[in-house]
Amino acid sequence: MATVSLEKLVKRYGAVEVVHGIDLDVADREFIALVGPSGCGKSTTLRMIAGLEPISGGNLRIGGKIVNDLPPRSRNLAMVFQSYALYPHMTVRENMGFSLKIAGQTPEEIAPRVEEAAKTLDLTHLLDRRPSQLSGGQRQRVAMGRAIVRQPEVFLFDEPLSNLDAKLRTQMRVEIKKLHAKVQSTVIYVTHDQVEAMTLADRIVIMRDGHIEQVGTPEDVFQRPNSKFVAGFIGSPPMNLKDAEIADGHVVFSSGDRLPLPSRFRDRVTAGQRVTFGLRPDDLYPAGHGIHSGEDADVYRHDLHVILTEPLGNETLVFSDFGGAEWVGRMLNPRRLVSGEALPFCFDLSQAHLFDGETGKTLRG
Amino acid sequence: MKGWRPPAPFLLLLPAIVVLAAVVIVPLILSLYSSFTPFRLTQPASLYTFVGFRNYARILADREFWTAFGRTVLLLTVALNVEMLLGLGLAMLVEKATSGQRLLRTIMMFPMMFSPILVGFQFKFMFNDNIGLVNNALQSLGLTDQAIPWLIDGSLAFTAILVAEIWSSTSVFAILILAGLLAMPKEPIEAARVDGCTPWQTFRYVTWPFIMPFAYIAMTIRSLDVARAYDIVKIMTDGGPAKRTELIWTLVSRTAYADARMGLANAMAYVAILLSILFTVYFFRKLAAARTQIAAEW
Repeated sequence: MATVSLEKLVKRYGAVEVVHGIDLDVADREFIALVGPSGCGKSTTLRMIAGLEPISGGNLRIGGKIVNDLPPRSRNLAMVFQSYALYPHMTVRENMGFSLKIAGQTPEEIAPRVEEAAKTLDLTHLLDRRPSQLSGGQRQRVAMGRAIVRQPEVFLFDEPLSNLDAKLRTQMRVEIKKLHAKVQSTVIYVTHDQVEAMTLADRIVIMRDGHIEQVGTPEDVFQRPNSKFVAGFIGSPPMNLKDAEIADGHVVFSSGDRLPLPSRFRDRVTAGQRVTFGLRPDDLYPAGHGIHSGEDADVYRHDLHVILTEPLGNETLVFSDFGGAEWVGRMLNPRRLVSGEALPFCFDLSQAHLFDGETGKTLRG
Repeated sequence: MKGWRPPAPFLLLLPAIVVLAAVVIVPLILSLYSSFTPFRLTQPASLYTFVGFRNYARILADREFWTAFGRTVLLLTVALNVEMLLGLGLAMLVEKATSGQRLLRTIMMFPMMFSPILVGFQFKFMFNDNIGLVNNALQSLGLTDQAIPWLIDGSLAFTAILVAEIWSSTSVFAILILAGLLAMPKEPIEAARVDGCTPWQTFRYVTWPFIMPFAYIAMTIRSLDVARAYDIVKIMTDGGPAKRTELIWTLVSRTAYADARMGLANAMAYVAILLSILFTVYFFRKLAAARTQIAAEW
């Protein structure tokens, strides 16, 4: 059993506190992704779990046992680093078998485990090369191989794919997912790429400025963001978030443009309240070029002028002007649009979000 | 009249060739030639008597020469190893320093700023049996009430010379190894810690292979230095007492200038240079191997 529990975990560098007492329980065999913008404390948190950074306050438990003061080697975990951190003077085989050698295993015990890991990761033909003779993707696989050979209870990934090109990243993402299904270990995965987090994780932890903003399944954080920050961070392109004010059953934007107040927020706001209105690009589409998920009654139709388009082949992102700001919509089954063209747009208000104008917290019940 | 004209590249290089020939090639050939003659400074005509390998044959059978040769190799070996260890230790300590590292690096280089002659004089004074600091310290601490004859006893004098050599040159190792440590990526060390290494294992399997090339660069530089070790010995003991700290170069200079047997001295010098070259080639090989090993891009 390898549960990982963070209890009021704090990290301070001198007088500066960078992680402010975070709590998190990771279940056995769970795949957890820590996401957030740079400097949010996600890597620091991971390094505290690994034992590479001393913990300034709170407790860290692995498998129920407090490990705050244990050195990394006594925590039975493996880590994959962003820069791969391969040993340059060792061959792939030696790199992968190194931890076993240190653990005192004989070459006869090490060889089959290295071979097996190499087979899993398609590295068999590279075993006698040195890291300098490998491509980025191959090095990445060696780094993963080095981790899985140990059969640790907990895997830590520190932005493992961020040095790869887009295509390879997609490919490795699938590999990591398969790998997790196979090795059945607890995984804590740090990334700043929300797509990686969404596709890989059982649960996502969104961090900001050393605090946890929200913990939830990918569906949770996508569909029910707790705050404006989470709403803007998860989803690509990001959610349209526009400041507005509530007035006689409408959301009124700075330009005077207004949208009907979605029915589910009717009891949650008062007239004159400052809010932030959020709508995903998927829920803002030219009529006939999108799918609305709720009742027809919740769809508000309005003509918008196209400012700019980004054709992506299967869909087109449409930028248009509303309420004194730029909004992004998503057009399925696209046709060619010219800028300046006026189009009837649908606002699917059943999917709209409202956040408090001051605290940024959701106003959803 | 149109005669032969030398090609342009040759003409353009000619000044350099002339200078090189005058200051390097001619003296080199002349000294090599003189090592095959019984040339004595007091008898210039002896330069024209060719005796073949007689000087070399005499050296090969000369006990005094081989003692000096052996002592030089011993000095080289001990000094390089101790300097390497101390330099490594110093470099690792300085690398750990979180503040004042620049200051420490500068201080570390102080010994390199002094002429070996001055270092020799300083240590000669410190090891003086009557007025030296070392005996004074030992006596004040009550460790001995004798005046230890540091520069008079043969093996003690050798030790004193070693100490002076090591003091003046450990910083070469420290600086180069520190450069290696600072250039080293930190992630493999962290990976090793997570992989289960103790601090010693991390050093042994990860840090050391990485800084080895830097240590070999220092070794190569220092092996040239020590193989021509002359100044400190000349000042501290002048090869004495009774030739018990004689190194190759003190022997060569004595033979050349005191005994005026230039031909023989030149033969000795060529053997000594051979020794230097061997050491340098050895460390260069090691360096090349270590570089391939860490796949260095330089």
